[in-house]
Amino acid sequence: MKTKAQILHLSGVEKSFDGADGPVPILRGVDLSLAAGETLALTGESGSGKSTLLHIAGGLEMADAGAVHVAGHDLTGMSDTQRAAVRCTEVAVVFQQFNLIPSLTVADNISFQARLAGRVDGEFVADLARKLGLTEQMRKYPEALSGGQQQRVAIARAIAARPKVLLADEPTGNLDESTAADVLGQLLALVAETGAGLMLVTHSPAIAARMDRQLHLSKGRVA
Amino acid sequence: MQLFAFLTGLALATALWSGVQAINAEARASYDAAAATLGEGQFDQIAPRVGDTIAQADYLSLRRQGWLVSPIIEGDLGGVRLLGFDPLSSPAGFGVGQVAGTGDLGAFLNPGQLFANAETAAQLVVSVPVVIDPTIAPGIAVGDIGVVQRLLGRSDISRLLVQSDQPMQRPELSDVAPHLRLQAAGQTADMGELTDSFHLNLTAFGLLSFAVGLFIVYSTIGLAFEQRRGMVRTLRALGVPLSRLISLMVAEVLLLAFVGASIGIVLGYAIAALLLPDVAMTLRGLYGAEVAGTLQFRFSWWGSGLAIAVIGAVAAAGIRLLQIARMPLLASARPRAWAMTSVRAQRVQAICAGILLGGACVLALAGQGLTAGFALLGCFLVGAALLLPLLVRPVLTLAERVAKGPVARWFWADTRQQLPGLSLALMALLLAISANIGVATMVSSFRLTFVAFLDQRLAPELYVEAADEAQAYAIEDGMMAQGVTVLPLLTVETEVADLPARLFGVRVGPTYRENWKFLDAVPDAWDQVNAGQAAVTNEQLARRANLWVGDDIDIAPGLSLPIAAIVADYGNPRGQVVVSEALFRDLHPDVTPRQFGLRTDDPVAARHVLTSDLGVDDGAITDQAALKAFSLQVFERTFTVTAALNVLTMAVAGFAMLMSLLTLADLRVPQLAPVWALGLTRRRIGRLELLRAVVFAVVVCLFALPVGLGLAWVLLAIINVEAFGWRLPMFLFPLDYARLGLYAMLAAVAAAVWPAVRLMRTPPSALLKVFAHER
Ligand SMILES: Nc1ncnc2c1ncn2[C@@H]1O[C@H](COP(=O)(O)OP(=O)(O)O)[C@@H](O)[C@H]1O
Ligand SMILES: [Mg+2]
Repeated sequence: MKTKAQILHLSGVEKSFDGADGPVPILRGVDLSLAAGETLALTGESGSGKSTLLHIAGGLEMADAGAVHVAGHDLTGMSDTQRAAVRCTEVAVVFQQFNLIPSLTVADNISFQARLAGRVDGEFVADLARKLGLTEQMRKYPEALSGGQQQRVAIARAIAARPKVLLADEPTGNLDESTAADVLGQLLALVAETGAGLMLVTHSPAIAARMDRQLHLSKGRVA
Repeated sequence: MQLFAFLTGLALATALWSGVQAINAEARASYDAAAATLGEGQFDQIAPRVGDTIAQADYLSLRRQGWLVSPIIEGDLGGVRLLGFDPLSSPAGFGVGQVAGTGDLGAFLNPGQLFANAETAAQLVVSVPVVIDPTIAPGIAVGDIGVVQRLLGRSDISRLLVQSDQPMQRPELSDVAPHLRLQAAGQTADMGELTDSFHLNLTAFGLLSFAVGLFIVYSTIGLAFEQRRGMVRTLRALGVPLSRLISLMVAEVLLLAFVGASIGIVLGYAIAALLLPDVAMTLRGLYGAEVAGTLQFRFSWWGSGLAIAVIGAVAAAGIRLLQIARMPLLASARPRAWAMTSVRAQRVQAICAGILLGGACVLALAGQGLTAGFALLGCFLVGAALLLPLLVRPVLTLAERVAKGPVARWFWADTRQQLPGLSLALMALLLAISANIGVATMVSSFRLTFVAFLDQRLAPELYVEAADEAQAYAIEDGMMAQGVTVLPLLTVETEVADLPARLFGVRVGPTYRENWKFLDAVPDAWDQVNAGQAAVTNEQLARRANLWVGDDIDIAPGLSLPIAAIVADYGNPRGQVVVSEALFRDLHPDVTPRQFGLRTDDPVAARHVLTSDLGVDDGAITDQAALKAFSLQVFERTFTVTAALNVLTMAVAGFAMLMSLLTLADLRVPQLAPVWALGLTRRRIGRLELLRAVVFAVVVCLFALPVGLGLAWVLLAIINVEAFGWRLPMFLFPLDYARLGLYAMLAAVAAAVWPAVRLMRTPPSALLKVFAHER
C-alpha cells in the first residue's frame, strides 16, 4: 500500500483520552495517506478528533495503537529526541493561534525552524517575506502584529523549513473572511511551489472544496 | 502549593525579622536592668579621677560637709560582678530588683544575703545565702555594702551615688576631695548606646530578610490571583459585585497572614534562642556588656513581627487586588505577562538608582556618625539593586547578537524576556550575595588583622598575675635572676584628653620595638617614649579625641605629651595610652605592677620556677597560646551571628527565586510551546531553563562582586570607625568569593530544578492546548 510518493501514512491509528468514567475513545482505527504535492482537507464536527489526528500525524502526540509513517520514518517506538528531529526536519505545522516565539523577531521566527533543520536560505526567506507582504515587519516582535500577519509569519516559517509534510489546523479560523481567503490563497500557492503534501483541518466546506481531496472524520473513523 | 509558598514566605520573613527583634529586645532589657541595678544614668555619681577606689575617709568627710551621698562597692568574684550598696543612705528610686519595689529593707540588713537572678546565683560560690530575684540584671549580684566588702575582702568604696536633692550650703567637691570628680547622670557610659551599632547591624539584616520575605509573599499572592482570574471573571459575569469579591479575598489574605506570621514568630523564637548565646558572648567579648543567655517572650518583638507581617501581606495583596479591580470584565483569562516593564518604568528605575547612588556618594564624602553610615549602606545597596536589571539587559542583548545557532539566539532572547518577571528575585539574590561577599570580606579582613595584632601584642611567652604586692616584687626579682626578661604591666584607669582611658607604663625594650606595628608614627617613636617625652595611643582614643601623631595629648593634670605613634587596638572599646615605665611611676607612685609579661625560651622551666619557688598559683599563669586562643574564640563568636543570618538570607533569596519561577511557570507554557512544536524536546527545554538560572546567577554574581566589595569598604572604613573606633585594612579573598558564587549558583539551580522538572513532565497535550481555539 505504501508507495514512493506517499509521504504520510497512518494505519489503524487509535487514541483515547481519560474521561470522568474511564477512557474515552476519540480515534478508533484511522487509515489515511497523503502523497507529495497533494492537498488534503480534513473535516469533521467540533470535538470529532481532527486536531488530535493532526497532532499524531505531526509526531506531537503518540497514538495508542496503529502505525504512523512520516517521510519514510516509522514514528512508532521512536524516542522523544528522534521524534523531535522528525518534527523539525520533515514536518511543519501551522496552528490556529500562538504559533510564534514571542521573544524572537519576525525575521528570526521565520528562519527558526529552517535553521534548526540546517537548511536556511536567506534569499528564499526574503522572497517568502515579499510574497506574504511581511518585508516591513521583519524587525518587529510578534506581539506587534495583527492576527493575519501572525498567521502569515507562521506560514512563512513552515514553508521556509522546506518540509515534506505540511500540517495546518484551522490556520484561518481566527481571521475575518477576506483575510482568511487571502492567507489561504497564499498558502496554497506556496505549497504548490514547494511540492510538499498538505493536510489541512477545517470545518468550512468552502475551504475544503479548494483541496485536491477531502476526508471526513466522524465517530473516530475517516470516510 | 500556593498555600505552602505563601505561608513559608511570610513565615520566613517574620521569623528572621522577629528573631532579630527578639535578640535586640532581650539585649536592651538586659542593659536596662543593668542600668537600673547600677544606678547608671539615673543619678549623678562621684568617682575617683584616677584609679577605681575611694577611701572610706573621703566618704565620711563628704558626709560631714553636708553632701548627701551613698557608697557603692563593686568587685569581681568568680566572674560575677558583686555590687554592694547602703540601703539606708541610698537615694529613693535606686532600684535593686524587687527589694526596692517592696521596700523590704529589713531582709537586706539582717542575715547578710546576696540577691541575683537564677543564672547568676548558680555561678556564685559564697558563704552567704543567695536570694533569687529574676529582675536583677544578668551577671550581677547585689547585697548590703558590708556583706559585699567582706566577700571581696576590701574596705574601700568604688563610687558614690549623689542624691538628687542636696542641701544648698555645701562646699564644692573640689574643696573637700580634689582627687574625686562628679559625673553627671547622662555622662556615664551607657551600654545601650555603646552596643547600638551591633543591634543596628542585626536590625539591618533582619530588615533585608524581611523585604525578601515580603517579596515572596507578593509573588505568591500574584500567583494565586493569576490563577483565579478566570474564576473572578466568571463570578463577576454572574453578577457578584466586585467589592464583595475583593473583601472576601482580603479576608482570606488576612487570615493566612495571621497563620503565616504566627508560624514565623515561633520560628523566630527558635532562631533567636539558638543565636542568643552567641550574641551574648559577642557582646560580652566586644563591649563587656552582660546579656541574659535565655530568651523571654516579649510582646515588643512578637507584636511588631505580627503587625509588620500582616501589614506587609495586605499591602502586597492590595497591589494585586488593584490590578484585579482594574481588570476589564471580559478580559481574556489567558495569563498575561503582568511583569512586562515599559520603557517609562525602566527610566523611572534608572533615575531612582541614580539618585540613591548619588546620595550614597554624598554620604560617603560628607556623612558623619553611625546613622549616616547606615543610610549610606542602604542607599548604596538599594541603588545597586535597582541598577541590576538595567545593566543585565544590554549584556543579554549583546549575547543574543553574538550567538550563532538558532537555539542559542532564542535562549538569549528568551532570557532577556524573562528579565522583568525575575528582576525582583534577581535583586534579592544580588543583595544576598553582596551581603555575603561584604561580610565575608569584613570578617576575614578582621580575622587576618586580628591574628597579626595578637601576635604583636601577645609576644611574651607567659603572663603571670601576682596575688599581692610582695609576690609581685618576688616575681620580678626571681625571674630576672633566671635571665628572663620581665615586662611589668603598670596600668591605671584615668582620664586622658577628657576621655576615660587606661594608662599603661611599659618597659621599653626589644619586645615592644620589634613587635608593635604602628598605624602611624614618628621615626624614633620608642626612643621618645622611653625618654618620657612622648606617648603612644590606641587608634580609638586618637579618633575619639580627634588627635593624630604629632598632636599633644593631656595625660595627667599639668602634663601633656606629643603622640609619637598610634597603634591599632582591635576588639577593645576603650582608649589606651602608653608611656614609659619611669614616667608612669612618677605619675602614680602608689600603683605597683601586678601583671607581668615574661620573655623566655623555656616557658615550661619558667613556669616551674614560678609555681614551686615563688609560690605563684598555677591558675595565675597564662601562656600566650591559651590567651590567643581565648581572644580568637571571642572573635569567632562575634561573627557567628552575622554569618548565620547571611546563610539564612541566601536561603531566602533562593526561595524568592523559586517563587518567581513558579509564578512565571504558567506564563512560560505559551512561550515554550512553539519551540517544542518546532523540534526541541521537553528535556532539552528543561535543561535550557536550568542553564538560564545558572546564567542569571553568574551575571548576578559578577555584579554582586563590586557591590559586595563596596559594602565591605563601607563596613570597614565607615561603619567600623563610627561604631567601634577603629578602621580595618581591607583584604581580598578571591577563593571565598568563588565559593560564594558557587553557592549562589547552587541556590539558583536548586530554585530552578522544580520548575524545570515540572516543565519536562508537562504532557504534550497541555502544550498543544496553547494552539487550540479557546473553548
Ligand atoms: N488532552 C486531552 N485530554 C482529554 N481530552 C481531550 C484532550 N485533547 C482532546 N480531548 C478531547 O478529544 C476530543 C477531540 O478533540 P480535538 O481533536 O481537539 O477535536 P477537534 O479538533 O476535532 O475539534 C474532544 O472531545 C476533546 O475534548
Ligand atoms: Mg481542533
